[in-house]
Amino acid sequence: MGSQYSFDHPDPHNAFITICHEAEYGEGPLSGIPVAVKDNISTAGIETTCGSNILKGYIPPYDAHVITLLRSAGAAIVGKTNMDEFGMGTTTETSAFGPTLNPADTTRAPGGSSGGSAAAVASGMVHMALGTDTGGSIRCPASFCGIVGLKPTYGRVSRYGLIAYANSMEQIGPLAGNVRDCALLYSVIAGHDPRDGTSLDLPAPAPLKPEIAGKRIGVPAEFFGEGVDPTVASVVQSGIDRLEGLGAEIISCSMPSMQYALAAYYVTSMSEASSNLGRYDGVRFGMAPDFVRLWHDAYSHIRKTGFGEEVRRRILLGSFALSAGYKGKYYAKAQAARQMVRNDFARLFETVDMLAGPTMPCVALPLGETSNPLSMYLADILTVPANLAGVPALSVPCGTAHTLPVGLQLIGKHGAEDEILSAALAFEEGSA
Amino acid sequence: MTVIIGLEIHCQLNTKTKLFCGCSTDYRDDGPNTHVCPICLGLPGTLPVTNKQAVLYALKVAKALHCEVPAFSEFARKNYFYPDLPKAFQITQYDKPLAVGGYIEIEAESGGEKRVQLTRIHMEEDPGRLVHKGSGDRGRYTLVDYNRSGVPLIEIVTEPELSSPKEARRFLNKLRATLEYLGIYDPEREGSLRVDANISIKGYERVEVKNITSYKGVEKALTFEITRQKGMIRRNAPIVRETRHYQEARGVTTSARSKEEEHDYRYFPEPDLAPLEVSSWVPEIVLPELPDARRDRFMQQYGISQNHARTLTGDLKLAEFFEEVASDMPEIAAPWTADILLGELNYRDMPVTKVPVPHYIALLLEVKKGSVTDTSAVEILRLILNQVIEEEKPEMPGEIIVRLGLSKEGGDSIVDTVASVLKEHEAAVADHRAGKAGAINFLVGQVMKATRGRADPKEIAKIITDLLKD
Repeated sequence: MGSQYSFDHPDPHNAFITICHEAEYGEGPLSGIPVAVKDNISTAGIETTCGSNILKGYIPPYDAHVITLLRSAGAAIVGKTNMDEFGMGTTTETSAFGPTLNPADTTRAPGGSSGGSAAAVASGMVHMALGTDTGGSIRCPASFCGIVGLKPTYGRVSRYGLIAYANSMEQIGPLAGNVRDCALLYSVIAGHDPRDGTSLDLPAPAPLKPEIAGKRIGVPAEFFGEGVDPTVASVVQSGIDRLEGLGAEIISCSMPSMQYALAAYYVTSMSEASSNLGRYDGVRFGMAPDFVRLWHDAYSHIRKTGFGEEVRRRILLGSFALSAGYKGKYYAKAQAARQMVRNDFARLFETVDMLAGPTMPCVALPLGETSNPLSMYLADILTVPANLAGVPALSVPCGTAHTLPVGLQLIGKHGAEDEILSAALAFEEGSA
Repeated sequence: MTVIIGLEIHCQLNTKTKLFCGCSTDYRDDGPNTHVCPICLGLPGTLPVTNKQAVLYALKVAKALHCEVPAFSEFARKNYFYPDLPKAFQITQYDKPLAVGGYIEIEAESGGEKRVQLTRIHMEEDPGRLVHKGSGDRGRYTLVDYNRSGVPLIEIVTEPELSSPKEARRFLNKLRATLEYLGIYDPEREGSLRVDANISIKGYERVEVKNITSYKGVEKALTFEITRQKGMIRRNAPIVRETRHYQEARGVTTSARSKEEEHDYRYFPEPDLAPLEVSSWVPEIVLPELPDARRDRFMQQYGISQNHARTLTGDLKLAEFFEEVASDMPEIAAPWTADILLGELNYRDMPVTKVPVPHYIALLLEVKKGSVTDTSAVEILRLILNQVIEEEKPEMPGEIIVRLGLSKEGGDSIVDTVASVLKEHEAAVADHRAGKAGAINFLVGQVMKATRGRADPKEIAKIITDLLKD
């Protein structure tokens, strides 16, 4: 009944882990549109690896909810995109399948962890792609590759079938070359799913129209704080000036909880990850262990050889943060800090409609440069607050610094994707 | 030496589907790994969704056991690696359980009622099951069956307030009966009730005994462990705080390797599930008549003793059976059912539901009419039960009485028999006349032998006395 889409592109940027050369598609709002899917989203019959050796050969027996929605919207799923292993990275370099190159400058990383999806869109292989965002993993590569990416409100898109990294913060979201495509893909995947206990039942997304005049846009001073590249800052500042020019009211404000956000994010995400990744033991799927060994020896061997260094680091740190005697000091404190971030957003959103600032404190980094994990973690400072609070946020291209793309981040109220997408569209089109 | 016992009871809820997915829980007659799906196999990307029925069942227990249900409770992850645990964590409840407090009243050792306080009741999922195959010399291996993975459990934790294995048994009998009356648990399912016990002698370290898979094993396990601990104290050997496993087959507890037990479960709230806010459901829950209420009603309605009423209501099926057969002869039905039938059933490991009700009622009627002796009636009962076990069509008591000639001897024929026995045993008669106690018992015995038990011993004794008066 379906038609076939022949997807026969070279992949010079290593954007894909798996390419489906012949993809079936049907009728619907995405009929015949090739869509790339990040490789941590389960696809029945298509290998799903999370960029990890430990899942090599794993073919899910079921579709993630978003895949079911894509298929019924007529989309052609043309492949699974490269990513940092289990989403743990900001460059797509921790993938077991080699780094993805940034189409804007192939000596640089595309950002991460949805770097493959961003590169597939930025290089023109596909118009749109699904990514996932736990601490910025959609917005960061969107910013670095010069495209649009949206992290929806927590619970807006079903996580059923998304292979968990940090359940309490991650969301599936769209990446696209422009705001309209991004909003189109978003409108297909948003909605309630009874199979996800954290799924929200909200009204369907509204039709998109450019709208920014009269909006009150808060700009927290901390978004331009220490560590933000001055050139990036000035590009984003002039973007904000353009918002003002389009009729928005710019309001300076402050978000003091920013100083705890990064620590709260990493402690929470690593703690959750240490638990989520326990199931990779080789018994039921993926790499098979040596069944002759005692089970605990076989488990350690599989986990030692199957996981990459960054994944093992985060599992160990997360296990430590949850362990007896340290849980109060780390995990519990992180939850308290997280509540402070939520409170800050709630307070700010009493007086403003959305917040604006840079998506990333820098431009795309040269490949191989982030050997120090801590400096990599620091790059997430501006994206993690939205994940901690569960509010929607997007990145829209706003110019270049050092000849590389810079993204403007808009963070909206809980459930207000329509509002930030409309503002982004006005910004992109230069009209309100 | 004062014994202190606390119990942790795991009970499988008999919901149709598992706690977090739609798989059926009725797996016991099916092959391994036939009641599984991506969720209970822990495949990557799957998410749990709480089974509302399981929460309602757990709340039913909480209400029946007088627990408090907090406004807010939550599921948590208990992280550990084991091949029967597909996600490497068990979804359970930690510091915010579904229900706290509560109590169960049992018959105290000293007589009277004793109130055993509960600490909490929480919900959790059962892990899968390991099946060990092969032998040491042929190579051992282990298979995993995930049919049980995700079956809903409640864990009921008592305060350390039980003071003997006998009390522990009474507590468990009462709890088991209550769970059965609530209809939330199926006692016929193997392993549906599992017990861990904390045992200490006052002033010494506490020992946890795990792996008591049948509630019948509890008294044995506890008795062994108490004897062991008392022996250690007498020998001045230290009792170490440890976990021991009960070896059902040998009836002993053995030390678990301590390393195996050094778990740090790294509990944290399950991020995939919203908190449970279900206290408002409790007032809506309607409880059935529970064992204590039924016991009191039996005493009132049937005029039977407290002991009989307690025994008869201690098992739902037994109580239902009694109500079916008691009708207008509870004074006969109560002792026959509680004292005789129950013993015969236990001996045969036969459920009361297998007893043919019309046959049993007919037998009680024969006893009531006095047409057979108690001895013969027991013989008839055994015959009927054995026929059921052999899957033969059981005979009606009347048929058996005729076939085996069991109708009670009385009147002239019994007097003749007594007279001839007295003639044969002149020495005993002389003894009796000389006032020697015991001689009459011998003579009664001889008459019983001659009638093959068809006479009433009391009646015989009276006839003998009458005959020898002359």
